[in-house]
Amino acid sequence: MAGVRTPKEKWTNRVAIIAVFVALAIMLTPIYWIASTSFKPRNLATTIPPTVVFEPTVSPFVKLFTKRSQLRDQPSVEEYNAAPWWERMVFDGGEKVVRNGKTGEVKSSGYGDRFTNSLIISIVSTVLAVSMGTLTAYGFSRFKVAGEDDWLFFILSTRMLPPVVVAIPMFLMYRVVGLNDTHLGLIILYTAFNISFAVWIMKGFIDEIPREYEEAALVDGYTRMQAFFKVVLPEALTGMAATAVFCFITAWNEYAFALIMTNRNAQTAPPYIPSQVGSGLPDWTVIAAGTLVFLIPVAIFTFLLRNHLLRGMSFGAIRK
Amino acid sequence: MATQVMTNLDPNSRAAAKGLSDLTIRNLFIIPTIAFLIIFNIFPLLYSLAYSFTDFRASTNAPANFVGLQNYRDLLSDPFIWSNFSITAKYVLISVTGQVIVGFGLAMLLNRAIPAKGLITTLLLLPMMLSMAVVGLFWKLLYDPNFGIINYFLGLDKFEWLADPDMALYAIAIVDIWMWAPFVMLLSLAGLSAVPKHLYEAAEIDRATGLYTFFRITLPLVAPILMIAIIFRTMEAFKTFDLAYVLSSQPTTELIAIRLYKMAFQEWQTGMSSAFAYIVLIMVVAITNIYVKYLNKVKAR
Repeated sequence: MAGVRTPKEKWTNRVAIIAVFVALAIMLTPIYWIASTSFKPRNLATTIPPTVVFEPTVSPFVKLFTKRSQLRDQPSVEEYNAAPWWERMVFDGGEKVVRNGKTGEVKSSGYGDRFTNSLIISIVSTVLAVSMGTLTAYGFSRFKVAGEDDWLFFILSTRMLPPVVVAIPMFLMYRVVGLNDTHLGLIILYTAFNISFAVWIMKGFIDEIPREYEEAALVDGYTRMQAFFKVVLPEALTGMAATAVFCFITAWNEYAFALIMTNRNAQTAPPYIPSQVGSGLPDWTVIAAGTLVFLIPVAIFTFLLRNHLLRGMSFGAIRK
Repeated sequence: MATQVMTNLDPNSRAAAKGLSDLTIRNLFIIPTIAFLIIFNIFPLLYSLAYSFTDFRASTNAPANFVGLQNYRDLLSDPFIWSNFSITAKYVLISVTGQVIVGFGLAMLLNRAIPAKGLITTLLLLPMMLSMAVVGLFWKLLYDPNFGIINYFLGLDKFEWLADPDMALYAIAIVDIWMWAPFVMLLSLAGLSAVPKHLYEAAEIDRATGLYTFFRITLPLVAPILMIAIIFRTMEAFKTFDLAYVLSSQPTTELIAIRLYKMAFQEWQTGMSSAFAYIVLIMVVAITNIYVKYLNKVKAR
């Protein structure tokens, strides 16, 4: 932008900077509220006026990972004193931790399993989508393909399909082959969803690698395959990492397929967390804790990815 | 020429003399992906195309009967479906307009020297990376009429956001705007930074007004990128499912994707919902087509 010269421009600039900070505060308030609610005792989560200053507690996280039931009678003093600190927190909230009758082992809530499912499904589908996508992108970037634009359009269009539209026949087909509510079932769907993205983005990255590099390698006696693995792939690594992060986030956040295709065994966190709100008065501190744990990986990745966001979100069309 | 060698698919080429030929490698790299997409996207769609001409219900074991175009005829003459379409159109309009105004506004504000600009931009972009279903759900607490912070800060006493049938769609659109205005901002910033400075300098010498500069220089030059953002968000808003599904069960917020979900997986009208899915599919492919044309146009510049 042109340098600030006149007093009027100086004034506009100051107003703009203040406006940016106000906007930033508004945009981040919901995220801040999730984080702050997840450290509140339950009775402070729903107060008027809203509680901003409070003594933080980790009890929502304890509750998030354990199975609990309502306390009918107060625990005896001995029972309370014998309990570990985290179990006392649950007692303090008027609930008790459910233990296995025989072994006395603490029963966990479904959250840990859902989180693990999310991790497995997102990571495997990302690895598949990025590796297949990179190969295909190389193919389209370096070789003549009849009807190249049409193929690329076809590949992209598969991503644009509304999930529910694809889910109807997939649900029926999965029922026949027994893939409903399995990790593999979701992995296949997420891979298919992310491959098209990976091809488009990786084609942009590979197009930018000078052909002369491989050319030189071929002259040196490399085969095309060797040139690809030893020359092109190392150059494309940054692009692949950025693509992988995008694919991971997409799979991690996906809701509709997971809602339709899974119910227990392979259920991921996004359909699980809303199902916990259910009827009655939800414990918002636990929901906030579950949301926060779920958001942290994405927030970290967003920072790592910050210089590639534009490119990723525009399917490689805008590179800056 | 170097490029000629590289694109040469001649099986007798130098590189092909050892190892695999370029043709083989090309096929090896491309065909698995295409096959994967055909098996898991196109084949299922053909499968549901077949079902769309039947009265099949996935909840029963009754065999499917061929009913011809009956499902399509029923759907297109069903006033409730048309109301789902008009709700969706209204939703797309509110939410995309909001995103463009907020997003482009933010980009205009950010397009100057600001302390810690990179960090601020990244923080502003955070909402669009989050899960719509999970974070959207938390807005239920923010919107709560009794102890939600939105009513508290706006001084609205017990205002019903999600329980009010007329307000719920706007409430959902507001969350969508919060999440996706950053996307419009991101693309607009790229557009704004590409406007040549000398144009502004020339406008200044000509003593052009701020408004004139905006409408004659800034907007026309940012327009193609802004258009990409608008088409993409229109397509995504048209498909909205997650956000509306977790936030509201009002009939006034029943978007097309939600109606389709209920028809297929709650009422188990498999044949009918397949036909409905096809109607939606054709609309999405049409928008995608426009989108890709635009992408290629911008890319070519």
